[in-house]
Amino acid sequence: MGLLSKKDANLIKDPLADNNPITIQVLGICSALAITAELKASVVMAIAVMFVLGLGNVVISAMRNIIPSKIRIIVQLIVVATLVIIVDQVLKAFAYPLSKTLSVFVGLIITNCIIMGRFEAFALGNGLWRSFLDGIGNSLGYGIILVIVGFFRELLGSGTLFGFPVLGDPIEKTGLYSIGYENNGFMIIPPAALIVVGIIIWVQRSRNPALVEEN
Amino acid sequence: MLEHIELFFRSIFIDNMVFAVFLGMCSYLAVSKKVATAVGLGAAVIFVLAVTVPLNWLLDRYLLQEGALSWLGPEYADYNLSFLSFILFIATIATMVQLVEIIVEKFSPSLYNSLGIFLPLIAVNCAILGGSLFMQSRQIETFGLAFNYGLSSGIGWFLAILAIAAIREKIRYSNVPPPLRGLGITFIITGLMGIGFQSFGGMLTGGDDAAEEAQETVNLETPKVEEKETSTKEVTENNSEIDEKEISYNDVKK
Repeated sequence: MGLLSKKDANLIKDPLADNNPITIQVLGICSALAITAELKASVVMAIAVMFVLGLGNVVISAMRNIIPSKIRIIVQLIVVATLVIIVDQVLKAFAYPLSKTLSVFVGLIITNCIIMGRFEAFALGNGLWRSFLDGIGNSLGYGIILVIVGFFRELLGSGTLFGFPVLGDPIEKTGLYSIGYENNGFMIIPPAALIVVGIIIWVQRSRNPALVEEN
Repeated sequence: MLEHIELFFRSIFIDNMVFAVFLGMCSYLAVSKKVATAVGLGAAVIFVLAVTVPLNWLLDRYLLQEGALSWLGPEYADYNLSFLSFILFIATIATMVQLVEIIVEKFSPSLYNSLGIFLPLIAVNCAILGGSLFMQSRQIETFGLAFNYGLSSGIGWFLAILAIAAIREKIRYSNVPPPLRGLGITFIITGLMGIGFQSFGGMLTGGDDAAEEAQETVNLETPKVEEKETSTKEVTENNSEIDEKEISYNDVKK
């Protein structure tokens, strides 16, 4: 990354693995679990969060010296709510079926703890450019988990990716289905997401024992 | 009365905030290490949900919905301000949480100290905003039902955090593989509990023929509730079997 200094590059790199918002900081879990039955919804959600967090971090960082600390939560909520309304209206206008699938979870970006967490922990104390990078980095880290979970749930649960059948046709028994593979309906139901994330955490911490917690 | 009872049990068990729609997971995971703090937070969540959902219902009914402004005069009947609902709902919630904080600090400083940072964090607990948004998307009919919905989903959340906190207190004595300790095992236990809670799905829709018939008569009495249920099911991506059953009810009736 010739464009960024090493310190700035770390802002993007850290949240991808060792300081991941979902698996390490335990932020923004709700949406990661609820909308990941399809890969498409996961990707759109990740992009929406990236927009809100990137822009929100910049706005909060620009206003950080004039926000009275007593009412900062309300100011932050208003900024996020405004950005989320934009996302919601754009989705409703250009991707109506998708906005139906995401349902209230677009609105719940407002209370996604990643956003408040990054505002509080980073944007209030750092400059515009660094806040922007931090927002992008964290939403990428969030997006990666969403995409991994969405990938496995859609592939194993419905045999498709982005809606395209990749394992053959379950009715005509082509591809994998011809040798007796069946779609695993368990992956579609909501609790499966928790177990998939649990396994991701398991893999991640086995690879990096420094992250292991006390019981 | 019947629809109140149905909504009550549905929100606690079938559409449980934590196990069916995954709302409020962050605080659920972060505050569930000890039963005592879990109870304190759970009670606060019940209270805030039971207050904000009916308040936001009023806002939605008389300010935001399409045609909601018609009480001002016929020329306002065409306005649809529902795009503003996020900002107004969150403002109500933030105000209520602030109010609760001030009241608790004044009248019970010991409770205030034991809740500490978690009290303001309720404002960004997605279960609270989710309660109001679901109230809006499921088109809850009356003020009473909105209050019932807020209260019972709060109770559902309370039960969930109480259960996981109790399990986590015990799990300290078991031999969990090191990489799974803490967060990982909590996720997996929650998943298993979620699977358990899915079995409540048959509670109101009926597991056998007799219950199905009973359900059908309920539907005939309150056709609007039934519409709500199907949309609810679509939203929560719940058990697809139940979905099909309810859709077929609709078809038969049409």
